[in-house]
Amino acid sequence: MKVVARFEVPYYQYLDENSQLTEKLPTFAKDADSLAAMYRLMTLVRLFDTKAIALQRTGKLGTYPSIRGQEAVFVGVGHAMHKEDIFVPYYRDVGVVIQRGVNLSDILLYWGGDERGNCYANNKQDFPYSVPVGSQPLHASGAAVALKYHKKKAAVLTICGDGATSQGDFYEAMNVAGVWKLPVVFVVCNNQWAISVSRGAQTAAQTLAQKAIAAGIPGEQVDGNDIIAVHHRVEMALKKAREQHEPVLLEMLCYRQSDHTTADDARRYEPPKIREQEWKKEPIMRLRRYLEQIGVWSEDQEQALLAECEHNINQTVEDYLHTPPQPAESMFDYLYATLPKAYQEQRELVKKIGVVHHG
Amino acid sequence: MAEITLVEAITQALAYEMQADPNVIVLGEDVGKDGGVFRATLGLLDKFGPDRVRDTPLAESMIGGLAVGMAVQGLKPVAEFQFMGFIYPAVDQIINHAARMRNRTRGRLSCPVVFRTPYGAGIHAPEHHSESTEAIFAHTPGLRVVIPSSPRRAYGLLLAAIRDPDPVIFLEPSRLYRWAKQEVPDDGKALPLDTCFTLRVGTDVTLVTWGAMVKETLEAASKLAEEGVNAEVIDVATIKPLDMDTILASVEKTGRCVIVHEAPRTCGMGAEIAAEVSEKALLSLQAPVKRVTGYDTVVPYARLEKSYIPSVERIREVVHLIMEFA
Repeated sequence: MKVVARFEVPYYQYLDENSQLTEKLPTFAKDADSLAAMYRLMTLVRLFDTKAIALQRTGKLGTYPSIRGQEAVFVGVGHAMHKEDIFVPYYRDVGVVIQRGVNLSDILLYWGGDERGNCYANNKQDFPYSVPVGSQPLHASGAAVALKYHKKKAAVLTICGDGATSQGDFYEAMNVAGVWKLPVVFVVCNNQWAISVSRGAQTAAQTLAQKAIAAGIPGEQVDGNDIIAVHHRVEMALKKAREQHEPVLLEMLCYRQSDHTTADDARRYEPPKIREQEWKKEPIMRLRRYLEQIGVWSEDQEQALLAECEHNINQTVEDYLHTPPQPAESMFDYLYATLPKAYQEQRELVKKIGVVHHG
Repeated sequence: MAEITLVEAITQALAYEMQADPNVIVLGEDVGKDGGVFRATLGLLDKFGPDRVRDTPLAESMIGGLAVGMAVQGLKPVAEFQFMGFIYPAVDQIINHAARMRNRTRGRLSCPVVFRTPYGAGIHAPEHHSESTEAIFAHTPGLRVVIPSSPRRAYGLLLAAIRDPDPVIFLEPSRLYRWAKQEVPDDGKALPLDTCFTLRVGTDVTLVTWGAMVKETLEAASKLAEEGVNAEVIDVATIKPLDMDTILASVEKTGRCVIVHEAPRTCGMGAEIAAEVSEKALLSLQAPVKRVTGYDTVVPYARLEKSYIPSVERIREVVHLIMEFA
């Protein structure tokens, strides 16, 4: 017997759960303003998340997937992307999309059951949320073909959850990215749960990052509760994708501090106390303590930030609640570039029926 | 001008549009060096290079999803599936993504992709190579389903499909790939989508068909003429959206309608056309609308496929039956 190949999966962390540095800081993280900006965004996203759940509970929003506990993954990814990069989300990506020209009110519109939530006024390139699990990494590879063909210095980044890594499409997307050398970064937000199925029940693979190796591309694990690590690894991966057309898979380790969505009840399957234990690692307090240690954050700033976020979110909710529904016939108006004659009669019929309200 | 086959007309249309539009990219299994298993992409790799003619890894869902990503970002992918029986892994990508990208982004994004595949029985192929499941796609909002039945229509309709701003399922009847030759001027002129083609003008009965069954239907019409029945033959060509205006105008003239398709009967497009005719032309009808179709069974292997495909004889019999209807 001889060994024909050996592989390794690196793990990256800079700031541990006690807010202590475990490695020399990457260059970007020496800029305290940049860290504070991400802290502000994580805070905004958590407060928004809490508000969205409250809106759902009071019948003012549809099913909503919380990102509680996973803020560092999404905010870190969004902050590391360039404007001309292309984002291919799944459906838990609030922290990214608000950095991509998407209004908070668009996010509420989408989860409130209005397609206009996908019609971003200030972003003409990013893909809409992808609900069929694991189908979107293929779009990322396809978009990367287009970027490379048009010789653009940009990359595609896509996110999926841990459950999505069991899908064939996830592997197929990495496989073609590897063999065609596509400028694409695959991010897995491993929050340990795919609705009720735990990470351990999902696959016998020791890490999800190692799934990249079979596709011939590198895979690495990142502490997804450490936004410095998230930002740095995403920044490096995007740079490599843009400049060298080398795809990579980043597995972000974090914990879903919530139900799967508002339609789920994790008490049915989540072992007791695990959430409390994992809470000690959560990303926002971790960064706040660090920012306080280096003297760039104070209680006054915290209070001002909370007030500012609350004001913005309340304004957003007002905008959302006062957005009238689309005309009923809009269900036909974007189906094709020009509605075929065959369906015009149906459009007229639904126009006559108009908007039928629930209840 | 030399006459060419239907599959050569496909190649000619691809080459024309690739020359005219640098964003047109051909992708699929074996479409490069091999020129495709039916040689539909023969010579394109030499002419346009490997960035434009891409042999993909062997994964059909990937072909579908990749094409979606490419189309949304400004390319015009023409993706080939080797046989219709192998398109099913990509149905998720086609139905959940390609067909609704424009709608779900309220026009912010669109998905101008062509999914090509050979379809239908009658070429002695192994199993899963003989499917006629066009109704699955015809049932899906947001798609166009286009089926040529002659070299000229293959050329003109494929050009139209590639230029269309929305996703098109382009089904090529493999039984007709090398059946008849025609002169096909390489003039870049597209034929209209969403429009039936009246292939034979008649007064007694309207025969509505598409794809490979155009062959048997035209043969039946010739025989019927000898037997004193003057049949009109309509090639639907775009089965979604349906051009009912042409069909209804014909049925109003003839008073009789027979729909011929190779696909299984239940929920086939024949049912849709028959329902439309009965809703909108009942008072013109002198006999019940009839269907001559494939059966509600799995399309058989090669030895029995001739028993499955609607024959000239079956079409004639049904037409005579409704001609005698009091």
